[in-house]
Amino acid sequence: MTTRHTLSVLVEDKPGVLARVAALFSRRGFNIESLAVGPTEHPTTSRMTIVVTVEDLPLEQVTKQLNKLINVLKIVELEPANSVQRELLLVKVKADLTTRSHVLETVALFRAKVVDVATDAVTIEATGTVDKLAALIKVLEPFGIRELVQSGMVAVARGSRSMTGTENRLRSAS
Amino acid sequence: MSDSVTGAQSLVRSLESVGAEVVFGIPGGAILPAYDPIFDSTLLRHILVRHEQGAGHAAEGYAQATGRVGVCMATSGPGATNLVTPIADAYMDSIPLVAITGQVPSASIGTDAFQEADICGITMPITKHNFLVQHVDDIPRTIAEAFHLASTGRPGPVLVDLPKDILQAQGSFAWPPVLDLPGYHPTTRPHAKQIREAARLIAEAQRPVLYVGGGVLKARAAAELRVLAELTGIPVVTTLMARGAFPDSHPQHLGMPGMHGSVAAVTALQKSDLLICLGARFDDRVTGKLSSFAPGAQVIHADIDPAEISKNRTADVPIVGDCRETLADLVVAVGETYAAGTRADLTGWWRQVDSWRTAYPLGYEWPTDGSLAPQYVIERIGKIVGPEAIYASGVGQHQMWASQFIDYEHPYTWLNSGGAGTMGYAVPAAMGAKVGRPEATVWAIDGDGCFQMTNQELVTCAIEGIPIKVAVINNGSLGMVRQWQTLFYESRYSNTTLHSKRIPDFVKLADAMGCAGLRCETREDVDATIEKAMAINDMPVVIDFVVGQDAMVWPMVAAGTSNDEILAARDTRPVWGEDDV
Repeated sequence: MTTRHTLSVLVEDKPGVLARVAALFSRRGFNIESLAVGPTEHPTTSRMTIVVTVEDLPLEQVTKQLNKLINVLKIVELEPANSVQRELLLVKVKADLTTRSHVLETVALFRAKVVDVATDAVTIEATGTVDKLAALIKVLEPFGIRELVQSGMVAVARGSRSMTGTENRLRSAS
Repeated sequence: MSDSVTGAQSLVRSLESVGAEVVFGIPGGAILPAYDPIFDSTLLRHILVRHEQGAGHAAEGYAQATGRVGVCMATSGPGATNLVTPIADAYMDSIPLVAITGQVPSASIGTDAFQEADICGITMPITKHNFLVQHVDDIPRTIAEAFHLASTGRPGPVLVDLPKDILQAQGSFAWPPVLDLPGYHPTTRPHAKQIREAARLIAEAQRPVLYVGGGVLKARAAAELRVLAELTGIPVVTTLMARGAFPDSHPQHLGMPGMHGSVAAVTALQKSDLLICLGARFDDRVTGKLSSFAPGAQVIHADIDPAEISKNRTADVPIVGDCRETLADLVVAVGETYAAGTRADLTGWWRQVDSWRTAYPLGYEWPTDGSLAPQYVIERIGKIVGPEAIYASGVGQHQMWASQFIDYEHPYTWLNSGGAGTMGYAVPAAMGAKVGRPEATVWAIDGDGCFQMTNQELVTCAIEGIPIKVAVINNGSLGMVRQWQTLFYESRYSNTTLHSKRIPDFVKLADAMGCAGLRCETREDVDATIEKAMAINDMPVVIDFVVGQDAMVWPMVAAGTSNDEILAARDTRPVWGEDDV
């Protein structure tokens, strides 16, 4: 069954790690829908959030092979139900004197914010789930979208447990 | 205490300290600084090969024969890319290999400098791991990590790329370094609960088979395998990568399974109710059409690599761990299960297995045109040379015949390219094996196609004093491809005729390369020629065995078909008796 999966991958912060991870997906012709890489609370560890739509069995195989990569420390699949999943959107929308107030109203409704203003356009920053950002874009489209950029999804499990905590124990044990 | 050294000195001292004794390689611009301290090293023997591919396969042969890490070295760019095939080969067959490559100076990386190639990028999917060293002081730790990664867990190739300026820089050397591999923790201890469950299935199974793969050899577990096999009385099959892991003379051994396996081995797997898979990976050449492979069998799958388990065939009892520990634990657990009163009677199963073995033994027919049967040549080599020798083969018909018609009694006496199917493996691998095991007789069983890909290493053998013996099974064609053309392309022999019975003259070629060259064209001369080769120990020997070109490898399961469709010989499908399952 083809489903959307969100993988959180803790990796050593070393050159080439992204290429190694990406290669295991591209080798099978899987398209990575979204990817976010950034630092964590540990200076030597980075965290990747990978969103990919594939069947369960091949994903299990990819996950096992990701675990074999020497620079990969830990992999967790995050279910939408028990994790917080967010993306960041920056969108430049046409807004002249006649439409600006409508645009700003939309911004307020979505609890987004304006981060840059020009005479005939505003740039809006919004964070949220994939669905919320898709809804915002849909509402903004009639005004005229001049440019749009979106981050990959970042996600974290709900509750007090830390994904990186186990990694600390592994590191001190080795 | 750390000493002030150059990067090149640090590299050589690291290799010495990690226990490397032999390096196969060729110098060039970027790796040149490393060759200066190699010149002085008394602990490290560098063998100057004639092509980097030869260096890589020699390191593989060395590793396969000795169990130690094989080391090869090359310069940047084309030197490094020439190592790609052996690295891919080592990856497929899980061979511990460390490849050391020179790289253009750090400042030139990414500029398309002379002899630059992104070898870390190129080898990323075919190495267990690779390193681009960025600081001179990282060299000892990187070399130690490379050897650790190559030789532990599931073994494999590791590449270390060293920019020229790093080799020339002044740094410090301290040994032993502290390894920094926080993401690498191979599981070696099998899970006790899984072992108990496996033992229960083994004791209860009516038609079990021990399906033994190369992992048993990698784990150096042949002795433990024999104990389990004899304790349980279960039939054993050994894959192409595992030949020698269980003695061919053992009455429980059914031979090799797979596309060219014995009818008994293939059929036993098909009819089994329990496959005990040890360090094997359900490769397509073993399973045939996967959906119809061993349809009635439950599966115990033991492997050190969790990614192999349930990859092709779902495991009912997965066991992640080292095969030697797994086997040792299984022996204890099965013994306890027997003691508790559970033990199936395998008499009926053996009656069936024996009936297949008796009805369809391995065999061959002599060519009707009076030419020499290649199988006979290989069979006689095995008989005369004996099971103490090491045999390395190329890829193709001669490889299958060498697997079928030589009796392997000891582990690490059969070296071949199983997963990758790399033509040209035999001569350099035999060279590496002979370097690692100088006291052993080493034969390369090669085809005329394979031989023409890598025979240049015979020059290395002649000059370095590595007296291997090469049997070229010369049928004048790319025999295995020709066999497929015969069977599946209406005998249209497109580009498979090499004419190597005329050109080159292998005897003259051998002579030109400083080897003894012999030729044999008749049945009567086979034994005498092999004995003559065995008597020559001061130089490599090449025998040109001119054989018939129409011989085919049987049995055969055609690619993509079910193992149930096995043909014992052309147009001969085995007939199963009434009481067969």
